[in-house]
Amino acid sequence: MTDFIRLTDVCKSYTRGKESISIFDRLNLVIPKGDFVAIMGPSGSGKTTLLNLLGGTDRCDSGQISFDGERIEGYSEGQLTAWRARNVGFIFQFYNLMPILTAAQNVELPLLLTSLSAQRRKENVLTALKIVELADRARHKPKELSGGQQQRVAIARAIVSDPKLLLCDEPTGDLDRSTANDILSTLQLLNRELGKTIIMVTHDPEAARFATRTLHLDKGQFVEVTT
Amino acid sequence: MSLLNQTGSVILMNIRSIPQRLWMSLATVVSIALVVAVLLGFLALANGFSQTLKGSGSSDVAIVLRDGSQSEINSTLTREQIVLLGQGPGVRAAADGGPLVSAELLLIVDGIKRSTGTKANMPLRGIGPNGLVVRQQVRLKEGRMFAPGSNEIVVGAGLLREFSGFEMGKTVRFGAQTWRVVGVFEAPGTVFESELWADAPVVQSLFNRGSSFQTARVALTSPAQLDAYTAYVGSDPRLQLQAQSEQTYFAAQAERSGLLIRYIGWPLGVIMSIGALAGALNTMYASVSARATEIATLRVIGFSGFSAFMGTMCEALVLSTVGALLGTAVCGLLFNGLSASTLGAGFTQVAFRLQMGPELVLQAIVLALVIGFVGGVLPGIRAARQRPLLAL
Repeated sequence: MTDFIRLTDVCKSYTRGKESISIFDRLNLVIPKGDFVAIMGPSGSGKTTLLNLLGGTDRCDSGQISFDGERIEGYSEGQLTAWRARNVGFIFQFYNLMPILTAAQNVELPLLLTSLSAQRRKENVLTALKIVELADRARHKPKELSGGQQQRVAIARAIVSDPKLLLCDEPTGDLDRSTANDILSTLQLLNRELGKTIIMVTHDPEAARFATRTLHLDKGQFVEVTT
Repeated sequence: MSLLNQTGSVILMNIRSIPQRLWMSLATVVSIALVVAVLLGFLALANGFSQTLKGSGSSDVAIVLRDGSQSEINSTLTREQIVLLGQGPGVRAAADGGPLVSAELLLIVDGIKRSTGTKANMPLRGIGPNGLVVRQQVRLKEGRMFAPGSNEIVVGAGLLREFSGFEMGKTVRFGAQTWRVVGVFEAPGTVFESELWADAPVVQSLFNRGSSFQTARVALTSPAQLDAYTAYVGSDPRLQLQAQSEQTYFAAQAERSGLLIRYIGWPLGVIMSIGALAGALNTMYASVSARATEIATLRVIGFSGFSAFMGTMCEALVLSTVGALLGTAVCGLLFNGLSASTLGAGFTQVAFRLQMGPELVLQAIVLALVIGFVGGVLPGIRAARQRPLLAL
């Protein structure tokens, strides 16, 4: 597997009042293409900040972030937005579906950023919903779906534009064990069958077992790697 | 194309989610509707008043007043001057072969307003046989004209709508004299409908006016004769009078009075707009706040800040447009065509009907859209600046 994501000497701090809080101090990370990585660690260890940096929703103070050979740390807000739309699919803990849209309309959202025709968008949406086994729920609104089904719609939304990277923030944090395992199996399938690179932040060791390796983050540094 | 798609999609999402903020959105719609209704009401009032005054004048009738007089009420003309006025160039001939000149008096009398039950000034006009001939737009609707030399009056239909006690056959008292109503005339959309008419010599006698008049209406053979006639009146040292077309005279009065109403209406509209704007801002900030996670999620997915801005802006514009339409409908139903009266230039009541018209509706809708636009800009900027990482 080749290097896909590389963080080199990344520093990130936040300012709270007059106090500067360092999150990462010269953090280094390499994730090969097609990897399924779980990131674990206590609250405040920097898991979500790392996900924000990897997804281009936040910027580092210094260091380099490269994605498939493309340096993104210097991108403007607009460039990062366009880059995210092309390359990254997001899966959230609370699904973050638009309540007034149907499942199909929610899944279609990332495709509205492309130049695909309406017919082509419809076909892609159907394909994505079939992958998560929810084609029969295409016309349902989120409130008419169970938590597990909503998360599968969110997964379909994340993969519909065929991004190279999936970022998952506690994707099973709001689900029971059985439903969580279904969701994690789906992610595993996407990783194995479609070659998606997946980075998943989780507190749940059971969830982490579905990943190919687990990185343990504490006080802004990786302290352990388990495979 | 993608910018259009994503912007259109966000706009639709915003608009379709309005029912989730129903009461707050309704409050904004109602406040904007109130602004529009009040402003339109005032503009319709001014417009109706102006149209009535403007519609009263003919271009081929010269109205002659004492030099320096602004209105009929403070003008005086002698019988000798009336004779000289009939000798001017371009004067049309009456049926009896003499000049078609109507020498008139205008006095203020009291009447009881139907709407308030209080006393208000009404114009009593003394006219001669030519009075009706120079007013082509007037026709008797009921009864007959007053008989010369009698204490009889005919009443304008507008005055009858606004004042009580002037119905056909009734007897009314002005000062020490009683008068009997023998006819009702109408002259739609003119100031004459707000007047009482009686025989000029009787009015002169009963109101101690001697042989003087206040104004003369001179019918000309064509509007083109006006300049020559005006020059004649202005140049004869025996006259010391001023002539102008009746149309010009009423247009000037309409301008003065209409402006006054507009000067009240617009500031009131603007003050109310500030209140409505505060409501709109509040609603839109609440909208952005309620949809913070949705907006952030869209931004994470790759939607632009511009689309988030446009979504909020269009929601504000939709609410203000609905408010504008509601306000227009309310004003149209309640006020348009409503009969009203106000003080005219002669300190007497002028009856008229409120007239909205497309131009006024457009002005009110533009004001509503300005409220919507300003109310949407700042919340829209907040939406556009929503940090995408919030969703995580």
